[in-house]
Amino acid sequence: MAATAKQKSGWITANIVTMLVMLIPVVWIFSLSFKDPSTITDPTFFPRKWTWANYSGIFSSSDFTRPLLNSIGIGLIATFISVLLASLAAYAVARLAFPGKSALVGMSLMIAMFPLISLATPLFNIERTLGLFNTWPGLIIPYIAFGLPLGIYTLSAFFREIPWELEKAAKMDGATPFQAFVRVIAPLAAPGMVTTAILVFLFCWNEFLLAFTLTATTAARTAPAALAFFTGSSQFAVPTGSISAAAVVITIPIVIFVLLFQRRIVAGLTSGAVKG
Amino acid sequence: MTAKTEVVTAGEPVAANRGHRKQLSEGARAERRLGWLLCAPAVVVMIVVAAFPIFYAIYLSLQRYDLRFPAQAHFVGLSNYGAVLSSSYWWHALMVTLIITVISVAAEFVFGMLLALLMFRTIFMRGTMRTISLIPYGIVTVAAAYGWQYAWTPNTGYLSALFGDSAPLTKTGTAIAIIILAEVWKTTPFMALLLMAGLSLVPEDLTKAARVDGASAWQRFTRVTLPLMKPAILVALLFRTLDAFRIFDNIYILTAGGNGTYSVSILGYDNLFRALNLGIGSAISILIFVCVAIIAVIYIKIFGAAAPGTGK
Repeated sequence: MAATAKQKSGWITANIVTMLVMLIPVVWIFSLSFKDPSTITDPTFFPRKWTWANYSGIFSSSDFTRPLLNSIGIGLIATFISVLLASLAAYAVARLAFPGKSALVGMSLMIAMFPLISLATPLFNIERTLGLFNTWPGLIIPYIAFGLPLGIYTLSAFFREIPWELEKAAKMDGATPFQAFVRVIAPLAAPGMVTTAILVFLFCWNEFLLAFTLTATTAARTAPAALAFFTGSSQFAVPTGSISAAAVVITIPIVIFVLLFQRRIVAGLTSGAVKG
Repeated sequence: MTAKTEVVTAGEPVAANRGHRKQLSEGARAERRLGWLLCAPAVVVMIVVAAFPIFYAIYLSLQRYDLRFPAQAHFVGLSNYGAVLSSSYWWHALMVTLIITVISVAAEFVFGMLLALLMFRTIFMRGTMRTISLIPYGIVTVAAAYGWQYAWTPNTGYLSALFGDSAPLTKTGTAIAIIILAEVWKTTPFMALLLMAGLSLVPEDLTKAARVDGASAWQRFTRVTLPLMKPAILVALLFRTLDAFRIFDNIYILTAGGNGTYSVSILGYDNLFRALNLGIGSAISILIFVCVAIIAVIYIKIFGAAAPGTGK
């Protein structure tokens, strides 16, 4: 079926409009971050005077570098533990028959839907008592818990797609169920686990409310929360330029990440939704 | 809200036969034990971090508990709930939250469907389209929210300049519209992805048959495609509604809840971490939790959305 010229131009217009809508807000933050402080109050879309000053400013202060480090460390640790625990549970959900399975699925679903503010207070109070407030574990532990439902959900959908005859074959050759899991299934499950890890890491990297309420200093505050505490390079300067530069810095790795792993992310987000 | 449907794994007989527990084979019993063992760590973490704190929040909500005077904390029954429910702030926040939720989810559904059709059917630049569409999903919400805030700030933003140097973020109506704009821009790609997965399940033959029978493109879409996509649509709407209802980041960055733009989550935050009133704040938290549960029940019971993961 050959597309008519009219159809062609219709699709092209729709595509271009969509791409512009997606890109303009991103380009705007970039352009803000390159504006010279003297021209920041100049509402043009592109900078009239370009500068790297905003970037050198944020990287010369631990107000940003420390939270960036926190974000990376907390995100990686929470993702690793979360995906590890979720794969164990997802294997059981996808593969084994045991009472309490629907209760587990129901519970993780409920947690996925939790309004985080409902947990911010009790966690704030509990963590102050236990000395976890404003520490890495104080954020890592909740992030593991909120990564788990996402992980169990995505991974069990992936695990159902694995050719399980191989597991039977391994068992016939004398492997225990645990050996069959570690030696045969885990390697097959690796792509699904990578996808899940990406989704959980994106959640941790993006999370704001807990990072904002469960920390008090840059000792554990992650980058998105740190942005809200930014001040200008001097007491009287508006922090617009620094915030924009920091926003670009925390966005770029994620955008590159998303573009590199595009197929996996799409597969992960949609696997559970349709196949259930 | 426990899922009632039994999880049945495709292509596998259900081994646990509850009527004949004693006759369970050694293998079935080992399978059970392994199942519990594998789930145990995840369950423990979820109980400790999510389930236990919710009960603790219920306990706190029954106390008069001001963090500045922790020694004076004492049991006050339901009076915190009475205070919240009789306060106009709560109802205003609920109203704002519902307006934001309904409008943004509806807009996301329309734009998400258009984007999904575009990504699914476009003949040109399909790869580039899909890639670029993922950018708003990947961007950190706080970063995007600052972009919107500056864009609408007079003397800084191009959008503000475009609209005659107005300060829309300082007026309730326009500020809420901008919050919705930021929310819709960020999450439409997510909605589109979920809907596209549903689109790919619609058999090509059916739409072709409808075309042969003389159905217009609109009729084919509303009579064939939409009904077949219903499960995917309901899951996407359920996810996004619950997510939109707890909106916090966008509002906090754009207006900090000023000028009457506070959502229930912002109200809870202000009571907890600014007024340091744990009792009132916890009561608000629990009420938000109840609202979320009601929304989920409405979707699952009335619209018949299958809870994801229940094998339906």
